[in-house]
Amino acid sequence: MNSIGLILGLPLAGFLINGIFGKNLPKSIVGWLGTFTVLASFVIALGVFNDLRHAAIPSEGLHFKLFTFLNIENFNVDFSFTLDRLSVMMTLIITGIGSLIHLYSIAYMHEDEGFYKFFAYLNFFIFNMLMLVLGANFLMLFFGWEGVGLCSYLLIGFWYKNAEYGKAARKAFIMNRIGDLGLLMGLFLIFHQYQSLDYSIVLPKMADGSTSQAMLTAISMCLFVGAMGKSAQIPLYTWLPDAMAGPTPVSALIHAATMVTAGVYLVVRCEALFYLSPITNNVILWVGLATSLMAALIGLKQNDIKKVLAYSTVSQLGLMFVALGCGAYTAAMFHLATHAFFKALLFLGSGSVIHAMHHEQDIRQMGGLKSKMPITYITFLIGTLAITGFPFLSGFFSKDEILLAAFDHNKIVYVLSVISATITGLYMFRMFFVTFHGTYRNHHHSFDKVHESPWQMSLPLMILAVLSVLGGLLNLPSYLGHNVSMKLSHWLAPILPMAESHAEMSHNTEFMLVGLVVLLFVLVVLYTRNKYVSKNAVPEEDALTPSTGKVLANKFYVDELYDMVFVKPLELLSSLVDNMIDSKLIGGLIAGVSTLLLAISGLNKKIQNGNIEYYLTFMVLALALFLGFNLFF
Amino acid sequence: MLNIFQSLEISHYIYLSCVLFCIGLFGVLFRRNAIILLMCIELMLNAVNLLFAAFSEYMGDKDANGQMFVFFIMVVAAAEAAVGLAILVMVYRNTRKTDVSFLDSLKD
Repeated sequence: MNSIGLILGLPLAGFLINGIFGKNLPKSIVGWLGTFTVLASFVIALGVFNDLRHAAIPSEGLHFKLFTFLNIENFNVDFSFTLDRLSVMMTLIITGIGSLIHLYSIAYMHEDEGFYKFFAYLNFFIFNMLMLVLGANFLMLFFGWEGVGLCSYLLIGFWYKNAEYGKAARKAFIMNRIGDLGLLMGLFLIFHQYQSLDYSIVLPKMADGSTSQAMLTAISMCLFVGAMGKSAQIPLYTWLPDAMAGPTPVSALIHAATMVTAGVYLVVRCEALFYLSPITNNVILWVGLATSLMAALIGLKQNDIKKVLAYSTVSQLGLMFVALGCGAYTAAMFHLATHAFFKALLFLGSGSVIHAMHHEQDIRQMGGLKSKMPITYITFLIGTLAITGFPFLSGFFSKDEILLAAFDHNKIVYVLSVISATITGLYMFRMFFVTFHGTYRNHHHSFDKVHESPWQMSLPLMILAVLSVLGGLLNLPSYLGHNVSMKLSHWLAPILPMAESHAEMSHNTEFMLVGLVVLLFVLVVLYTRNKYVSKNAVPEEDALTPSTGKVLANKFYVDELYDMVFVKPLELLSSLVDNMIDSKLIGGLIAGVSTLLLAISGLNKKIQNGNIEYYLTFMVLALALFLGFNLFF
Repeated sequence: MLNIFQSLEISHYIYLSCVLFCIGLFGVLFRRNAIILLMCIELMLNAVNLLFAAFSEYMGDKDANGQMFVFFIMVVAAAEAAVGLAILVMVYRNTRKTDVSFLDSLKD
């Protein structure tokens, strides 16, 4: 019980200490304090995980009620937490990767004047993210949901003196607000229907079939809109690539490994609801697929090392939603975990490169870095192999599981998913070869100055590389033998009572499908290697890009489209209101009152002209008037 | 004995007094020279004095209170003329003018 309090309280304490006193503390204390609070949470979560393994009832978790938060007539919400098999998995990912990234940040941010602020925000983010996954009701989830949105905003705009970064932060916040509105509507509907927000009350009621289909669809669609915003799905994905304005550890932690997977967590948590809403499931499936393909295509033409990774993240999130749409909840969680490993690794690797290149992010300015940065090179290679599905690395297993689920569900979805996965290989290897192979192309910094990063940065890289290699062990496919395989499926099975156990397809079919993916992988590596290493090609300058490439390089002009459809009409309307109503009507009214007063007082002023005869005349006239009045009436 | 005052109707005195008063009044209103202004004020006061004396006689005022009042008014008028002329001298020294229409600085 108290372990939940500690898991949550330690990052919060770190946030408070660093936030309040951090300015006067030496940097080493701030950094290590931030790191150790999260690490301690991780260790405690490991202990809880061990307890849960031996728990008598596998679907039960730990509960911890802090206090009654709201109690208004029949509206009763507790400030309470629950730690079951699903949330312990999320907690381990968040605190585990979180502590590695804290460690990394000590070196990455050591020259920054906002060092203490950075760690305070990071700790606060961890706290909010934990609240999101540990909350025992939808309102707690909503608190965490908003909290991580706030931290994301603060950290994207961390270098707020650059106006562009501030804009990116605002964009992320506003796009997330749209999604949050959907989530909030979903919560209202849930409360309207069930008079409660507790998972333990609402979810069984959803599953028992007493709710109308229309209501279930409405609730699930609303919740999915929330997931769309947080997890960057079409049409709300455009904030995530811009969010790369933040420091690289932030991109790794928030915009790749943890926060953006909150949408996936939400859907898995409400598995009963989504399982019973086939319409929503189809929407999730196709939205995920479209996002995955579109982001992968855009990723092909990006030249900013972090932008490539950002679109790759959007694309992988799309794949997770494809899995959710197919009803393969375990596959989605599996991919969530492995993706957290290798995407955090890739982002931290890119951060190491950027650090070495003095904040140069354009891969056209790099090249040949492998000899100078051996640790970064090898770990980045492992990350690239893992995400592209090199056999027996983590991404290979998790992606195959999604592809198999898609194959099982719908052949068209399968083909499109395979295309998306193949494009992943194309843009990842393109980026990898252009960055680390070939010749050095930057003329501003000499090649000799490029250096390997300090141990605080390379240690997380190595740990994450090991995890990226071994992550597949979480859920090995069943053809590798029943003793070692499907660990995650068994682990999550009590939490996911509705999800159908996958129709066992014959191992021959599975081998064929896996073989196809491996074949495609080999072709992709040969193609990119031939193009970018043997021929030493460099992505062409923006002006020389052919027209189809231009559409991709400009991200399908989606930002421009949104600008035209939403921003411009709003600006037009507000300028209209400004010119017509505000300045003419309201301004005219107020100016009219003063003009009228001025005119009246101008009339009066003429009487008071200071001329004594004038006054006397009036005096006499008035006297005559009074006397005459007396005389005649 | 023939009282010279009795031989005239009271209305004559009233008409005369009114004419004098109006001359004084219009003088005050329409002339600009401060000295003429003061003279016109004296004229108005004297029109009133005349009326006091006439009424005192015709109304059988045994103690001649009305005529006594005339002397008071004369004293006050003399004092007023003295103060007024003193102010006028100061104004003239400052502005080199005796035209009251230029003395309009009160309006601002």
